[in-house]
Amino acid sequence: MIDISNISKSFGSKQVLIQTSLKVAKGETLVIIGRSGCGKSVLLKHVMRLLTPDQGKIFVDQLDIFAMEPQQLNQYRMQVGMLFQNSALFDSMTVYENVSFSLHEHYKLPEAEIQKRVVEKLKLVGLSGIENLMPSELSGGMKKRVALARAICTDPKIVLYDEPTTGLDPIMSDAINELIIRMQDRLGITSIVVTHDMNSAYKVANRIAMLYEGRIVYIGTPEEIRKTDNAVVRQFISGSSKGPIAPDVSYQYLIDNHSHPRSDE
Amino acid sequence: MENKPRKTSLATLRKWISVQDWFAMIGSYCMDFFSDMGGIGIMFWRTNLSLLRVPIRMKETMEQMYKIGVASLPLVSLTSLFTGMVLALQSAYQLQIFSAIQFTSDLVTLSIIRELGPVLTAMVVAGRVGASIAAELGTMKVTEQIDALKSLATDPIHYLVAPRYVASFFMLFLLTIYADVIGVLGGYAVAIFKLGMSPHQFMRRAIDILVMKDLVTGLMKAFAFGIVIAMVGCFYGFNAEGGAEGVGLATTRAVVVSMIMIIVLDCFFTGLFYFLF
Repeated sequence: MIDISNISKSFGSKQVLIQTSLKVAKGETLVIIGRSGCGKSVLLKHVMRLLTPDQGKIFVDQLDIFAMEPQQLNQYRMQVGMLFQNSALFDSMTVYENVSFSLHEHYKLPEAEIQKRVVEKLKLVGLSGIENLMPSELSGGMKKRVALARAICTDPKIVLYDEPTTGLDPIMSDAINELIIRMQDRLGITSIVVTHDMNSAYKVANRIAMLYEGRIVYIGTPEEIRKTDNAVVRQFISGSSKGPIAPDVSYQYLIDNHSHPRSDE
Repeated sequence: MENKPRKTSLATLRKWISVQDWFAMIGSYCMDFFSDMGGIGIMFWRTNLSLLRVPIRMKETMEQMYKIGVASLPLVSLTSLFTGMVLALQSAYQLQIFSAIQFTSDLVTLSIIRELGPVLTAMVVAGRVGASIAAELGTMKVTEQIDALKSLATDPIHYLVAPRYVASFFMLFLLTIYADVIGVLGGYAVAIFKLGMSPHQFMRRAIDILVMKDLVTGLMKAFAFGIVIAMVGCFYGFNAEGGAEGVGLATTRAVVVSMIMIIVLDCFFTGLFYFLF
């Protein structure tokens, strides 16, 4: 269904994605794991065509999304929902206006029907009675769930999740994981999930891909990834600071000095 | 620790005396300038195209008209009233030397309508509205709200830029007419109560001196300034990067570039009307 073919992308002199290729089957949930800043979100944004690659193509249902005309691109985007890392709720609109945005923009539905759908989607993500609140009145976790309700409000065929469980308590994280699984089972939605949360990855994934230094270094089922000999993957899933993946400089400082880095006074 | 400031100052000094660095810096500024001007031009083109393809969003446009036009009225009133008054006082001070104080009316009316009305209104609106547009859109950019709009199959140019562009275009025109009236009234008040001119004399001279060309010059400028304020604000907002600092930088740039462009365009239009008509 989604065929990411040899995508390369650089920002200035920093090469973020190097000839990255991935295939996601219809109805599959693919989880992309990797360190912060390794290009997972960049890859996800390419699938939504929010970024244009330096090289490579992405085909969705055999259609090259970078060759689409504006009208066709809008049609494509209406089939895809995206949950942003920082929720990206419209802060000048209420929760109701945020969730119903697409319905008001693209569907000529009666207001009662729109209201019914908004309430239903908010209930699905565990929120009720907050329709009239502004995003600034919500906690981080609530914002994320409202953003998820907005992403699935038009019942898209593909949903892209950028760190769906970050900032949520373990119970809510599990509820979101259950929601992702339920949407896949009941509606056959194809999902790409970007996460650091290995519990979430193991729970929702049909396959897990690891992105490291701009390339997909491993791809396999959760069982396969647990048993893999790949040193990079092993280090990442075990959360160890020792191994082929070099920690950040500040983190190295912590290890070397056994204390917090302090600024010179 | 002691060597640190010395190293920095040496590096700075070397940078200041290096001819190559000077050329590199000038080149970099030139590149930024042309890139920004190109970007503003492209955004202007895309906004017009989007307006031709899809009808304008009336609700958002009316909201922007209120923010840009109605909310700017107090500031524009104050600026133009005091400018008219000061202009009358300053010109009377010079004209009385030649016993030509009655020409105060001509001078105030022409200066306000041809030049000061549109330029001062545009400056005030650029500071108030241009900054607000850049800050609002810049915040939306850095918090991924513009990406979210795209992901919801909505064109950000049509949704965010077009209403601001149309509102700014028409509101600057109306605000300029308003500023012209208030400015001339300021001059009128000074001429009547301070310089001893009769109301009839002031109004007669003011109306007689004006020709269509004066009104057209001033109002053409108003339309152009309206486009500049909206486009520059939207462009820098859309290109804000990073966090709060990026939004601050975008806002500053939007105001500075708008003001420079207003002055340059003012000169251009004045020259155009002076030489062509």
